[in-house]
Amino acid sequence: MPVQVNGEVLSLRRIGAYNSMTVVAPGVAEIAKPGQFVTIAVGGPDTSMLMRRPFSIYQVRERGVYGGTVEFVFSIAGRGTRWLAERQPHEPIDIVGPLGKPFSLPKQPATCVLVGGGYGTAPLFPLADALRSRGCRVDFVIGATREDRLFGALDAKRISATLSVTTDDGSVGLRGRVSDALPEVLAASKADVVYACGPMGMLRSVSAICEAAAIPCQIAVEELMACGIGVCMTCVLPVVGDDGATRMVRSCVEGPVFHGDRVRFDDIGSIPADAVGAPEPAPVKAGSTRQDVVRS
Amino acid sequence: MSSTMTVHSSRPDETAPSVVDMSTTLGRFALPNPVLTASGCAAAGQELAQFFDISELGAVVTKSIMLRARSGRPTPRMAETPSGMLNSIGLQGPGIDAFLEKDLPALTEKGARAVVSIAGGSVDDYTKLATRIRDAGGASMIEVNISCPNVEDRGQVFACDPRAAADVVQAVRRVTRPEIPVFAKLSPDVTDIVSIATACVDAGADGLSMINTLLGIVIDTDTMRPVLAGVTGGVSGPAIRPVALRCVWQVHAAMPDIPILGMGGIRTGLDALQFVLAGASAVSVGTEAFHDPNAPMRILAELREALAARGFERLSDAVGRAHVA
Repeated sequence: MPVQVNGEVLSLRRIGAYNSMTVVAPGVAEIAKPGQFVTIAVGGPDTSMLMRRPFSIYQVRERGVYGGTVEFVFSIAGRGTRWLAERQPHEPIDIVGPLGKPFSLPKQPATCVLVGGGYGTAPLFPLADALRSRGCRVDFVIGATREDRLFGALDAKRISATLSVTTDDGSVGLRGRVSDALPEVLAASKADVVYACGPMGMLRSVSAICEAAAIPCQIAVEELMACGIGVCMTCVLPVVGDDGATRMVRSCVEGPVFHGDRVRFDDIGSIPADAVGAPEPAPVKAGSTRQDVVRS
Repeated sequence: MSSTMTVHSSRPDETAPSVVDMSTTLGRFALPNPVLTASGCAAAGQELAQFFDISELGAVVTKSIMLRARSGRPTPRMAETPSGMLNSIGLQGPGIDAFLEKDLPALTEKGARAVVSIAGGSVDDYTKLATRIRDAGGASMIEVNISCPNVEDRGQVFACDPRAAADVVQAVRRVTRPEIPVFAKLSPDVTDIVSIATACVDAGADGLSMINTLLGIVIDTDTMRPVLAGVTGGVSGPAIRPVALRCVWQVHAAMPDIPILGMGGIRTGLDALQFVLAGASAVSVGTEAFHDPNAPMRILAELREALAARGFERLSDAVGRAHVA
């Protein structure tokens, strides 16, 4: 079960183009699993920014000098993340976690290809540790727009059987996208399973490649969220359930990890006509110009 | 927020003496305290139950339920606004059958009192919903979300027309057991909220919930298009609090004997106290629960302290106090 902790900033550091924050958050670190996330309240006690910011968990330490710590990586994208980047050690920080469904791990030792885009690579490191401790082989494919936006290349190289790197501008590694490098890695490693985290477009291509190669694939999505705990219904995606029916499911509680072949990427941003509870095609009424204003 | 590290307890006020009688009533519904969740901001209670004991709330107001399962609106459904948010969820929900079979029993099994919010597209929808809820039992009160388009009147919102609002309230009141209060949830997007409130009370509403969100738009200056897929959405959060207080004030001034469940941007106990002083017998905490999942219990503790600090022995003595010259 998630907890809300009045934590303390332990440290902040720059990692390439990104920032990372480590928070003393007893109760969160001890139960966090790879793929889960935390939410942070930004702006201080009288903030005008009401939406908690969700971040994938990068590293956890169950025992520090001050108790368990959680580290997450972020990019300065607006006022909230700028506020975060300006924090100082020992300042209080309101953190809720761990949240969401974690990655499922193979029961037997298996060959696992981990695919990360930008700082979406961060949550793949605790996953890689968990996989390796189960005797799994780990291969990394990481990509970014340019070199300083690659995350964790050195660490990935150290803990993986192979590391493949792509950049959009070719500043390092293969010029192109992770999806350009992935098919070869899948074949060479004889991959049993793929894990991916990054932008939706990347997850879509990775899922398509895995589906074509008949390799199971788990993806962790990064959707816009307001609450992170399943009450606001903001972060829904069209996902096919075990019964074959498509539902608009909350990525914060039913995800953020999904099976790639269950997410209807083509329909994100719409309500598929065959989704459970989809609106019936409305008969066009003369003179009906009023905007539908259902309030929830 | 203190700078020491403490796991939030479900009772942040353990050291404060609870000398103030916090009990209140909404019509014939007696509540141990005046802090409820707000419809659409707490689902059906189970998620917040991970953070605190929801039986310690005045009540849980469930997300508006409709007759059939509903997928809601496409994404994006939300935009952050200054001290608030804009949302257009489109009443995504499981429909009344699944709600009565699973969600409502799960809520009452936890010992929570349930205020069931209902939404429909026609008077007949509301009648059927209220009948199903009456037959199933488990609801302590009905909150009628009338901020829905009336499919039989070119999508005109019930809450914006006194006659349509009254028709819905009357239909629900008629099929609901007498001991279960029926509250109409009013929209602030009207010229004269007192006339809508009066129409609802004349039609049999036992009380009024105020306010629903205000209709708004946010435009993305990069795409140069509205941010929300649904174009318009409802604005909530502290940004709307003065509007909500004005509505509560005006309606309480016009009908001082009609109980009001007040809501709109409540973040602290002092915010809740403003609503009580304006005339609310109880308050709902909505958007703040997204920001702080423990907010409802924190606000209850803060309100109790604020009343004690002002010498009140009973919450009920503070209701409408701001109207006394």
